[in-house]
Amino acid sequence: MDRPMDLHFTDAQEAFRAEAREWLSAHVPAPRSLPSLDTAEGFEAHRAWEAELAADRWSVVSWPQEYGGRGVGILEWLVFEEEYWRAQAPLRVSQNGVFLLAPTMFEFGTEAQKSRFLPPMATAREIWCQGWSEPDAGSDLAGIRSRARRSDAEGGWVLSGQKTWASRGAFAEWCFGLFRTDPDAERHRGLTYFLIDMATPGVTVRPIPQIDGETGFAELFFEDVLVPDDLVLGDVGRGWNVAMATAGSERGLSLRSPARYSRAADRLVDLYADRLAHDPDRARRSADAVARAWSAAEAYRLNTLWTATRVLDGGSVGPEASANKIHWSETDLAIHRAALDLLGPGAELHGDGVDAPWLDGYLFALAGPIYAGTNEIQRNVVAERMLGLPRA
Amino acid sequence: MHFAFTEQQLEFRDAVRQVLAKECTTDAVRAAYDAPLARSPRWATLADLGVAGLTVPEPHGGLGLGLVDLVPLVEEAGRVALPEPLATTTGIAAPLLADLDAAGTADARIGPWLDGVAAGDLAVAVADGRWPGAPVAGADGADLLLLVADGADGRELHGVDASSVTVTPVPSLDPTRRLGTPVWAPSPDTVLVSGDRAEAHLATTGARAAVVTGAELLGLADAMISLTAAYAKDRHQFGVPIGSFQAVKHLLAGAQVLLEFARPVVYGAAWALDTGSPDASRAASVAKAYASDAATEAARVSLQVHGAIGYTWECDLHLFLKRTWALAEAWGSADDHRARLLDSLLAGR
Repeated sequence: MDRPMDLHFTDAQEAFRAEAREWLSAHVPAPRSLPSLDTAEGFEAHRAWEAELAADRWSVVSWPQEYGGRGVGILEWLVFEEEYWRAQAPLRVSQNGVFLLAPTMFEFGTEAQKSRFLPPMATAREIWCQGWSEPDAGSDLAGIRSRARRSDAEGGWVLSGQKTWASRGAFAEWCFGLFRTDPDAERHRGLTYFLIDMATPGVTVRPIPQIDGETGFAELFFEDVLVPDDLVLGDVGRGWNVAMATAGSERGLSLRSPARYSRAADRLVDLYADRLAHDPDRARRSADAVARAWSAAEAYRLNTLWTATRVLDGGSVGPEASANKIHWSETDLAIHRAALDLLGPGAELHGDGVDAPWLDGYLFALAGPIYAGTNEIQRNVVAERMLGLPRA
Repeated sequence: MHFAFTEQQLEFRDAVRQVLAKECTTDAVRAAYDAPLARSPRWATLADLGVAGLTVPEPHGGLGLGLVDLVPLVEEAGRVALPEPLATTTGIAAPLLADLDAAGTADARIGPWLDGVAAGDLAVAVADGRWPGAPVAGADGADLLLLVADGADGRELHGVDASSVTVTPVPSLDPTRRLGTPVWAPSPDTVLVSGDRAEAHLATTGARAAVVTGAELLGLADAMISLTAAYAKDRHQFGVPIGSFQAVKHLLAGAQVLLEFARPVVYGAAWALDTGSPDASRAASVAKAYASDAATEAARVSLQVHGAIGYTWECDLHLFLKRTWALAEAWGSADDHRARLLDSLLAGR
């Protein structure tokens, strides 16, 4: 335990990196060659890519082998992610399942649930969306009103209500959702976490075009949807605790690996060098913004290694996950905002025949301070749980 | 990969924290405002603990440890706004002297200087070679000054005993900075190293200084945020603690997030310097930029949340604000270091 500080990966970890790099270089499609995963066509193209990853056990490296992984640790996962982003491989259409639900399922799921759901999640045969937010329960998530009524006759729960902003909800096969099972309990205590087959009678999906015109998320309507008992994740009435584990993954170590931002920050420096050659006055005005964005990505990389070491040494991630979420979302925005300023009049170009990675990235980054709990809510968490300030 | 301090490093830090909590109260810092000393009884205590000589090689009476060992202690120094020159003497000067010693610099003065640092008998000031002519922090009252002069062969690094230099004190908003302008005659007797070797030592010294100054800023930021969070819980307006208002929470949370992310950046840069990583200079620049920004933001927010009481001499906050403002600029501001970082990133392409 008392090992000296060391920021080098081990030889074994570097060998793992080399193996990943070799596989990716032979398999990754040309950058941005797949259609957007927020279209029906792109969703299937990304599913096919994930199946290819899974066939050689690269889709979920940190999972146990029995579920399709390689059983490696968090540091090896970070190494894999560095290579994945370095190779400019496609975005992960299965991210809600792999990075959010799976860690929660490993913590709370039964053996039967893990055996049933994890393998098809690893191969992207089943893709998951998240059914949490409701029209009247956004930042105030505990205000959820969608109900689940117990039916002993049918051996399960009957769900009714409305969910919204379900990322990938337009095309996903399964949904993990929070429903109120005890309307009389204190509002955090009456919730239960369900695994819902989207093909169940009574589920209606209404895709919502996003700011870019594509259907990245959807409204989900539930009318007397029967969910059997064995599809409750965790205990009945304990859904809030289960959901907070998922939220910890969403804000903390799991969802956003640092390689995503390190890679974008390096591309930003490339763009700066290019603009410096062509439009030096404009470029120089952005110099500090470029350096700030690169530094923020580097700080995120180091903080992740710091946190990963703490976890490997037996520590846990608490309210730091909220600080983390603020940082990665603001870093993503800083990188893309700097890029648009460097592009100047070229920044707005979009549409048919225009490949606009920075503008697309900026639109995506704009969602960061909103999803996974708004940054305002995260600041409340930091203030109350890290600094001990009183609740309002 | 194991990015953490050792148990031993953390225990040493905790021991130093306990000593400083007792020996360096805000009353003690106020006393140092009235009579700033380079070497106080408190410095002798730190020398007895091995802190002053932490980076001095063992043959010279030190512990022979590195920046990774020192950084948590400098952070503690920042937390109490320690007036004594731990960062400068132990973090910047001693490693430089040890480097010169290890490089076989044939100067008989270096060994005794290192002995003196470890014994707590020698407070050292180091000039930032990037700002020729600027007042030197810690010069007023220093026993030894490491200074930069232009020579026939480019810049030279000189070691000048207090007896061979006239230091004109320069007032600082924070009197414990002991700023001074040294007037002295560079000579073959004072020169330590010149030419390319001098440049290499100056570059390493600049990077080390950025990291240890960054570490001190981490401690200052933490102290200011803690002080202010406590005040926000205690101070009531509209019948409730002001810390229950989101407008106040979000100010403090923003500063806390910056601090959380500045820490590993500073620690990683210390490791890069200790291990001679090719990225060490770049890491040091990111560290200083982050720590300067985090502490400057913590200072801004702390004053704002305190309100008028924070603007008074009576409230302890200003002791931390003033040190922060000085150190945020010392050894390169955040902007300076980001400019250096970008140059380095472009050069690497």
